[in-house]
Amino acid sequence: MHQIKIVRNILLGIENLLLHKLRSLLTTLGIVFGVGSVVAMLSVGEGASKEAMDQIRKLGSNNIIVSAIKSIDDEAASTTHSHMSIYGLTYEDHVRVAESFDTIRQTAPVKLVRKEGRLRERALELRIVGTTPEWFELVRRPVLAGRVLLESDEEDQLAVAVLTEFGARRLLAAESTIGQSLRLGSDYFEVVGIVKSESGQAGNIQIPDEQIDAYIPIGVARKYFGDITTRRTAGTREREMVDLHQIIVQVGSIDDVEPTAAGIENMLGNFHKKKDYLVSVPLALLRQAEATKRTFNIVLGSIAGISLLVGGIGIMNIMLASVTERTQEIGIRRAIGAKRRQIIGQFLIETVVLSIIGGLIGIGLGVLVPFMITYFAGMATVITVGSIVLPLVISFGVGIIFGLYPAVRAANVDPIVALRHE
Amino acid sequence: MSAEAESGCDGKIVQLEDARKIYQMGNQAVNALAGITLSFARGSFWAIMGPSGSGKSTMMNVLGCLDHLTSGRYVLEGQDVSTLDDDSLSELRLRLFGFIFQSFNLIPQLTVQRNIELPLYYLGWDAHHSAARAKELAEKVGLEERLNHHPTELSGGQMQRVAIARALANEPEIIFADEPTGNLDTATGEQILRLLVELNEQGKTIIMVTHESYIAAHAGRRLHMLDGLVERIEGDG
Repeated sequence: MHQIKIVRNILLGIENLLLHKLRSLLTTLGIVFGVGSVVAMLSVGEGASKEAMDQIRKLGSNNIIVSAIKSIDDEAASTTHSHMSIYGLTYEDHVRVAESFDTIRQTAPVKLVRKEGRLRERALELRIVGTTPEWFELVRRPVLAGRVLLESDEEDQLAVAVLTEFGARRLLAAESTIGQSLRLGSDYFEVVGIVKSESGQAGNIQIPDEQIDAYIPIGVARKYFGDITTRRTAGTREREMVDLHQIIVQVGSIDDVEPTAAGIENMLGNFHKKKDYLVSVPLALLRQAEATKRTFNIVLGSIAGISLLVGGIGIMNIMLASVTERTQEIGIRRAIGAKRRQIIGQFLIETVVLSIIGGLIGIGLGVLVPFMITYFAGMATVITVGSIVLPLVISFGVGIIFGLYPAVRAANVDPIVALRHE
Repeated sequence: MSAEAESGCDGKIVQLEDARKIYQMGNQAVNALAGITLSFARGSFWAIMGPSGSGKSTMMNVLGCLDHLTSGRYVLEGQDVSTLDDDSLSELRLRLFGFIFQSFNLIPQLTVQRNIELPLYYLGWDAHHSAARAKELAEKVGLEERLNHHPTELSGGQMQRVAIARALANEPEIIFADEPTGNLDTATGEQILRLLVELNEQGKTIIMVTHESYIAAHAGRRLHMLDGLVERIEGDG
C-alpha cells in the first residue's frame, strides 16, 4: 500500500514536470552535463590507470629489476669510432646480490642475445633469454605445453629451449613441436616447452619477457653465444661486451622491496666505476601510479563537484520560482487538508525526479563519450559499475539537498495569504 | 444570545467562546474578532455578513481551521480545536470541511477530474475509486462531460460547480463558501446558490460569507458583524 502511494506520488511528480517540458529539460541540463562529465572522466581515468597498473603488476610487486644500461660516456664513444664497450652487470654482481641480502628470496640472471631462430622452414628473429629456472617462478607464466627450464639443464649444459606462445605460433610450432630441433644462430636446441606470452612496457621498465622469446639455460647461452655481441650499423661496427642484461630479484615481503633496492644500488655503486646499471622497483611505480590516480581523482572530483553544485543550484533556483508561481496551488492543497510534510514530499519528489532524470540522461551521455573516445582515439576506457552508480547516487543527493529548501518554503506558505493571491 | 444557545450541546457543530483574534499591523493592534460567543447548529445554513474590516473573513478562517484564535475557545463537534497543531488542523479540514471560494481556486494545471479528486488523494483513496467518485460528483453538478477539460476551458459558473464537486468529495460536515457568487453574473450566481440550498436540504451545514443581502437571503440565518463583534442575528432557518 505504502509502495503504491510512493509510486503514485512519483508519477504525479513526473506528470507535473511534463506540464513544463522545456523548462524541466533546461532545469536539469546542469545535472545532465555534470553527471555526464563525471561518468566520462571516470571511465577515461579508469581506463588509463588500469592499463598502467596491469603493466606494472606484470613486473611483480615484490620484484626489483636491475638492468644493464650503457653509460653516457660509452654512448658518446661508440658513435665516433669502432669501439668495444664493456658495461653492464657481471656474473659476479649476480652472485654478490644473491648472497648479500637475506631479505632476498630468489634471483634470476638474464642474458639477452638476438639471433635468428629457425624451425624447419620458418625463420623468426628471436630474443634469446639465457636464464635460470628461477626466472619462471619470478614472472609466473602458465605452461602451455612441455616444461620450463630445470636445474638439471643447467648442470648438464643441455641445449634446450622454451618458446613463448606467440613465437611458437609464428614458427608454426605446436605441442607436437616438443622434442624437435630449433636452430638458434648456428646451433641446434631441443624445444622442451611452450609458455604463455605477455608483452608490454611499463614506464621505462621493460617487461622481462617479450612475445618472441626463447628461454635457454644461462650457462648454455654463455657457452654458445659468448658475452660479446657485434652490431653493424651504417658502416660502423659496434661491439659490446655485456655479461648480464638483467638481474631480477624477488624479496620475501613487500616491506623489504625498497630497503633492498637501496642496498643493491649502494653495493653496485661500490663495484662499478660507471653508472652502467639501473635499479628499478615496480612497486615504486605502482605507488606512483596510484598516487597519480589519487590526484587525478581529487581533481576530477572537484570539477565534478563544482558542476553538480552548479546543476543543483540551477534546480533550486527553478524550484523556488516554481514555489512562488504555485503559491495558489499550495494554498488550495493546504486548505483542502494537505499536511506540511505532504507538500514537502510533493516538491521534493519533483526535484529528485528531475535530478535523477538528469542523472540518467547524463549517464547515457557519459557512456557514449568514452565509447567514442575508444572508437576514434583508440584510448582505453573502462566503465565500472561504480562510475554509473556513484553519479546516480550523487544526483539523487543533489535533488534532496537542493530540493529541500524550496520544498520547506512551499510547506510554509500560509494558506490564508495564498488563497487571496490572484 | 439566540435560540441555538439554549437548544443544548448536542445539536451544535460549531461553538465559539469569547473568541478573540488580534492582528499586529505595524505597531497597531487590530481586533479582528473582539470576543465573540456563538454556536451554529448542525444542518443550518448561515450567512456571515458585514462591511469590509468587520471581521467576517477572519471569522471564516478561524471556523475553517485555517487560522488560530489569539484567545478564547473554538469547539468543533464537541472537541476543543483552539490548541491543536498544524497537522491535526489539516486532518480536520480534510475530514470535515469543504471549501468554496470567490475565485474558485481550482488548480489550472489539473483536469476537472483531478481537481475533484484532490481531497480523495490526501485521504489516501486509490486511483480507481477516486475516478468513480469524481464522475459521480461531476454528474451531480452537471459537468460529467467536462471531466477531462482544464479549468481554463470552463465558464465561471462551471468552475464554481467544479469547486463545489471538489468540496463535496470528502463528504464534509461543513461547507464553507467565501463569496461564492462574487465573480459570477446574477443568473449563474443564482444557480450556484440553489445548489448550496439543495446541499443544505440534504443535511450539510453551510457557512457562507457575503456582503450582498439578496444572496444572504438564501441562508436560513444571517450573522451581521461589525468591528469584530456580532451586531445582530436574523432568521430562524
